[in-house]
Amino acid sequence: MATTDVGLHDAAGRAARVPVVNNMSIQVATVNGSGSQSSNTVLLRSIFQMGVPVSGKNLFPSNIAGLPTWYTIRANKDGYVARKKEIDFLIAMNVETARDDVMSLDPGAAVLYDEPLKLGSLRNDLTFYSVPYDKLVATVCPEAKLRKLVKNMIYVGVVAKLLDIEMGEIEKALRKQFAKKVKAANLNFAAAQAGFDYASSSLTKADPFRIERMNKNVGKIIMDGNSASALGCVFAGCTVLSWYPITPSSSLAESMIEYLKRFRIGPDGKATFAVVQAEDELAAIGMVIGAGWAGARAMTTTSGPGISLMSEFAGLSYYAEIPAVVWDIQRVGPSTGLPTRTSQADILSTAFLSHGDTKHIMLFPSSPHECFEMAMDAFNLAEKIQTIVFVMSDLDLGMNNWISDPFPYPEKPIERGKVLTKEDLDKFGSFSRYKDVDGDAIGYRTLPGTQHRAAAYFTRGSGHNAEAQYSERAEDYEGNMERLRRKFDHARSLVPAPVIETVLDAEIGIIGFGSTHWALTESRDQLRDEHKLTTDYLRIRAYPFANEISEFVRSHKRVYVVEQNRDAQMLALLRLDLDGELVPKLRSVARLDGLPLDARSVTDEIAAMEGK
Amino acid sequence: MATTPSTPKTNRLGLAVLDYRGSKTTLCAGCGHNAISERIIDAMFEMGVQPERVAKLSGIGCSSKSPAYFMSRAHSFNSVHGRMPSVATGAVLANRSLMALGVSGDGDTASIGIGQFIHLMRRNLPIIYIIEDNGVYGLTKGQFSATADLGSTLKSGIANELPPIDTCELAISLGATFVGRSFSGDKKQLHSMLKAAIAHKGTVLLDVISPCVTFNDHEGSTKSYKYAIDHEEPLQEINFIPAFENISVEYDAGTTVEVTMHDGSRLRLRKLEEDYDPTNKIQAITRLNEAKEKDEMLTGVLYVNTQAPTFLDMLNTADEPLATLPASVVRPGREVLEQVMEELR
Repeated sequence: MATTDVGLHDAAGRAARVPVVNNMSIQVATVNGSGSQSSNTVLLRSIFQMGVPVSGKNLFPSNIAGLPTWYTIRANKDGYVARKKEIDFLIAMNVETARDDVMSLDPGAAVLYDEPLKLGSLRNDLTFYSVPYDKLVATVCPEAKLRKLVKNMIYVGVVAKLLDIEMGEIEKALRKQFAKKVKAANLNFAAAQAGFDYASSSLTKADPFRIERMNKNVGKIIMDGNSASALGCVFAGCTVLSWYPITPSSSLAESMIEYLKRFRIGPDGKATFAVVQAEDELAAIGMVIGAGWAGARAMTTTSGPGISLMSEFAGLSYYAEIPAVVWDIQRVGPSTGLPTRTSQADILSTAFLSHGDTKHIMLFPSSPHECFEMAMDAFNLAEKIQTIVFVMSDLDLGMNNWISDPFPYPEKPIERGKVLTKEDLDKFGSFSRYKDVDGDAIGYRTLPGTQHRAAAYFTRGSGHNAEAQYSERAEDYEGNMERLRRKFDHARSLVPAPVIETVLDAEIGIIGFGSTHWALTESRDQLRDEHKLTTDYLRIRAYPFANEISEFVRSHKRVYVVEQNRDAQMLALLRLDLDGELVPKLRSVARLDGLPLDARSVTDEIAAMEGK
Repeated sequence: MATTPSTPKTNRLGLAVLDYRGSKTTLCAGCGHNAISERIIDAMFEMGVQPERVAKLSGIGCSSKSPAYFMSRAHSFNSVHGRMPSVATGAVLANRSLMALGVSGDGDTASIGIGQFIHLMRRNLPIIYIIEDNGVYGLTKGQFSATADLGSTLKSGIANELPPIDTCELAISLGATFVGRSFSGDKKQLHSMLKAAIAHKGTVLLDVISPCVTFNDHEGSTKSYKYAIDHEEPLQEINFIPAFENISVEYDAGTTVEVTMHDGSRLRLRKLEEDYDPTNKIQAITRLNEAKEKDEMLTGVLYVNTQAPTFLDMLNTADEPLATLPASVVRPGREVLEQVMEELR
């Protein structure tokens, strides 16, 4: 049951005319491949330009054309940008799903539908608006083959009229969307105007939802997480990108290629980077490891099935101690799973990816800004600690549009780790590749090509001693593995610390990570406002876990670990790490519907477990 | 005839053969791979390659262990099974001044690694890729590999029922620009071919038949020393004249093909077969297939193309190694970030 203010309802459930301003979710139900993405982006940007906090989430099928797809836009004056479970305003364009879409609405919602769908009589507790799209599009678009693409822009105009979105902002957003394609922009704006005019002359506003200008977006940007990650990698000085296309990570590589071409060509016209679309994920990670060994800042980007394929190389990176950065834009598994749905279910498999005793550093960005920043962290950590680092993003963060403050210029230096140059070797004479000289369990390395006769060493995934020589001696093996364990422990103090938000006297703690942060922020407010339950909050930003995490659990009676998978993977990882006495404090809120997390589901579950 | 009159004690860098040696081999006595290591040492020494400039890369198997047994002054990476091509690609992308020397086996290349092998050949990455080819898995004790010939038998007498993969034929058709086959027992041919390989710019694929004395050197095997000696059919007599040896020797254009390498070195191939043109892809493939029908072990420079652009040319990467470009070059300025932010507003 919805508890947010969706308006007052009379006995029949019809919305009374108490305005609901800047607090609604709009859902566009369409089929993929119909060109609705431009229309939806224009709608999103128009609301953004009116200064109202807004987010857009694409719930789409693994298909190119013809299957149902939904785009939800949430406008919220308080800045809540997580997916809202309840739909307030439905734009029904898909004949296949229209009936179900309408039947699943809460009373009081509004429906805008294509006239031939004849949805108006389905329910009497909703507001219906019908629009003759085909007739309208024929008047603005003489060219029949373009009509299918332009048709969707009509609902933008209709919605603008019904929700009070300014047409000036629609035009601005639309011209930005079509950029240099002036003809297309004109045609589309004419369609939006036709929709607006039709709504003005033929529709009577009967729902309570309205957009009103605010000033909450001054200076802000709209960006998806994958583009932000890509930009971060460009500024982190990445020089080798090897990748294999896979949803939902491809757009990270593609966007990075665009940025590299724009900003990383030297004055001599030559590229300060190399990009290879590899033949598969094994080759992609192999190239990263080869490049990392030779000293480049190298990365790949992938998703679940790719992570599985990279497993053997991940172990090589760990054991031979070679820097590498891997972005995992998580989708729903197991196996092929649901390639276009979001999840946080690669946590456990990635933490221990590969055979033997392995452990990997993972970073968990929760916003485009953190995607940008953690790109620097990932490369610095990989080179300082000489190991593979996984950045665990997800489809919701990576592919959806988010409002963000602009990213400040990275002030952190590019740290290349312990690399001995020819001059160093001239001074020291020789070195032992895997010897713990500094007490931090990290050895010194040299790069191939270093012109010194003592520079070379032999890198191998087989047993080796401190001098990098082949060894099957038990003491060498144990000593090396023990050092690797210490090295991993040492990383606890180097990885991004958790973010902790506390209130006075809260007994309950919530632990979250990644893209669910936004739902959790909202859920904490709901728990406080609806159930008088105040909570402290810790957002994990990296594995291995910083010591603050165990302190947080210790200082609370019960701690809810919220995550998007079936088996409470983060909780399981915490259980392995925490003192045994702390483990009983942990409670799991694990959800796996493949949709971006909504606050309501979390609030209801925690409230129920708290006996509220 | 011999272009290097007598082996000097030091090469043009002032280095001795000793500077090109590796650790003591742990392979079986008589293993063909050891002979190949020796030829690599000699060729690198004679060509005056700075050992520190070389990156040795390998996969897993007996062959892939061998980089430990030559050129200890070069970095080496014994990676994972069948994945040497990708690791080598990454290393070359990171530092284009490296000379990549990949050593693999027939199992590492033609079975588990066939996918990466194929894609490496397509890219014409600058690398010397040597397959130490014995038709058998040595380190796991004698199972057939994918280059084993149809009908060839194991020690137990079991005959191979599947046709072999011809790595040279694949390499030629896919885009490698220097493809040769040799025999670990043919010292002179392998030596000259390796020197030419060092001078080549692009992907070199050398399939070197290298008998496994322990598991595949018996009667019935088509990868035994005896079989190789009996069936070797050299296409040419190979002479290599390095660019730094300014020797001019007349040759008969009717009987000899001369190929000028990228660095000005000259590869002279005295034809043992009339009409064989090593720059003709189709002829090379046809001849390889004829050899199969005639049970010949065809050796020599099968194909060479000194004109094709390399992968690095295609990527147009900076002249300096990407690995060590300074932060000022790889981190764009503040105005760039501000420009991107403005576009997103």
